[in-house]
Amino acid sequence: MQTNNQMPGMKAHTASLLLSNRAQRQQRLMTVLGKSFLLAVTSLSMLAVLFIFIFIARDAWPFFRHESLREFFTSVRWYPSANEPEFGALAILYGSAMVTLGAGAVAVPLGIAAAVCISDVMPFSLRQTLKPVMEMLAAIPSVAYGFFALVVLAPLLQQKGGQLLAAAAWIIGLPVAALTTIVMSDVLSERICEKYRTAARWTVAIVAGGGTLTGLAIIANALNALRIVSGTNALNVSIILGIMAIPTIVSVSEDALQAVGRELREGSYALGATRAETILKVVLPAAGSGIMAAVMLGVMRAVGETMVVWMASGNAAQIPRPWYNFMEPVRTLTATIAGDMGEADHVTGSGRYHVLFAMAFCLLVFSFGINLMSERLISRARKRNAA
Amino acid sequence: MKKTRKITATLTMAIMIAGGTAVAKDAHKIVIDGSTTVGPIAKAFAEYYMAKHPEVNITVSESGSGNGAKGIINEACDIGAMSRPMKSSEIEAAKGAGVLPVEHIVAMDGIAVVVHNSNPVADLSVAQIKDIYTGKIANWKELGGPDLPIVAISRDTNSGTYETFESLVMKREKIAGKTEYVGSNGAIRQRVLSTPGAIGYVGLAFREGVKPVKVNGMEATPETVVAKTYPIARPLYMYTAGRPRPETPLSEFIDLANTPDGKKIIEDTGFVPLK
Repeated sequence: MQTNNQMPGMKAHTASLLLSNRAQRQQRLMTVLGKSFLLAVTSLSMLAVLFIFIFIARDAWPFFRHESLREFFTSVRWYPSANEPEFGALAILYGSAMVTLGAGAVAVPLGIAAAVCISDVMPFSLRQTLKPVMEMLAAIPSVAYGFFALVVLAPLLQQKGGQLLAAAAWIIGLPVAALTTIVMSDVLSERICEKYRTAARWTVAIVAGGGTLTGLAIIANALNALRIVSGTNALNVSIILGIMAIPTIVSVSEDALQAVGRELREGSYALGATRAETILKVVLPAAGSGIMAAVMLGVMRAVGETMVVWMASGNAAQIPRPWYNFMEPVRTLTATIAGDMGEADHVTGSGRYHVLFAMAFCLLVFSFGINLMSERLISRARKRNAA
Repeated sequence: MKKTRKITATLTMAIMIAGGTAVAKDAHKIVIDGSTTVGPIAKAFAEYYMAKHPEVNITVSESGSGNGAKGIINEACDIGAMSRPMKSSEIEAAKGAGVLPVEHIVAMDGIAVVVHNSNPVADLSVAQIKDIYTGKIANWKELGGPDLPIVAISRDTNSGTYETFESLVMKREKIAGKTEYVGSNGAIRQRVLSTPGAIGYVGLAFREGVKPVKVNGMEATPETVVAKTYPIARPLYMYTAGRPRPETPLSEFIDLANTPDGKKIIEDTGFVPLK
């Protein structure tokens, strides 16, 4: 009340502390209105999700009812536009799974390694610049990635695919081989008595190192001899989708690693652990569920991606032979929906129209499941961190 | 683009259904329905014609050649665009309904079969091309080329080019599952240009830069297409109910195909204009 003479508005304010009944009612009304408005806005997005589900299910239902479900899930013959259409989607489901796994194989190790590096290894100043740069990858439109895959990566794979794969095997294999050799020699020589330990360590290191190196050389040689006939294949798409998923994985798992907090790290160091031990045995397990959630979000990006897949996967509705052959073109659910949508309507045949919704429904159920799972993991991680 | 096309098509359909045949009888309205192959020509013509005659309203929808014929028979549209001639049963049905369908050939549709520039194979028969796409022939050495697996590339099933290829080359057989699909003529050219083992098919205008093979000994050129000596070629039709009265928008519209501007439009859409 001392400030009364300095603030002219204060008098009115004090007066409004004692509201008339009418003003009180008005204020309560405004509160209710404001709350319900916010509620409506919030529920709008939820309603949108609900309606997407309902409408896709509604248009998928006629397919599941009229056409053969068995054909859809077991046949690989995809001829939606033929006079007697065949709707075998097995190869397409398989292609989606294959590409997703491939993208995961590229993105998960790289993404987690990059996240650990940014969060625990790099100096703080470098981290401040690295993370935004990494996140910029996510800002590149997918059609640009697709164009790159089609125009640059596909011809490159055709011309130098073998050498590229061999080089990749060396780059990935060498550090892994070095690490396993060191660990093996340490673990194996521990049992041996003090006197011969150094000698044993060296023998094991030489034997194991030689073995892994020869193995690596054999693998690289085999890869080098590979001839990639068509550059638009599962490998191409996996690489590109992997790169596209990396920013999500890095960003979310880096947040999870940061959330682990200083106390745990300092406690670990205080017990005499090295940085490697701290990262592997303290930080990573503590951030585990957050990292899992990051992986799932990244994989979701790969599952839902359409443009890149349509441009770079080759869109051949087949299960590659042999089944793990990533050098063969594949077709995915998303690309099929995008590619076949144009002519599919009630006029050209309702089966052809509804089968796309059936596919969309499969995709929706799948991504909904994964999303739900990652949500649970994130909330569990949050709870544990709070505790 | 595809999407907008679909939307316009649906809108037009809705208008047609709402307006019924009364719409079709209006002199300042031209309703076109039918083949998805002819659709781009009809649409380009409509755009061109409406720019010159703003008072005329032209709607183009694409629901397949069969619906073009139906539209003429039950007088739901003024022009039935078709990528095949009317069947005798359709002509009978039209006569039964008191309509005399008149055929106008507006352009030729020819498909060039292209391979990588390094590929020595220069001449294929239609049967061989079919065997390549069904997967019966899987290596170029079976055709006198190098020992190289064939990468067969097709247009997506939405395209008119695919439809043409399917009806003129594949006949009743189905394209093998290992065939790759791409979304445009340009994408086929891009893939064939960079893939030594590739074979693809494109609209005639897109054969530059890659190596078109002779089909049944005939080179794919506008001349052989118009002369119908090139085997993977067909005329594209627009049907009207009776001969359109001269100097009406309808007759002017059909005649566009014979004007220099019309021929330019046809070339731009990837087809071959008539001589």
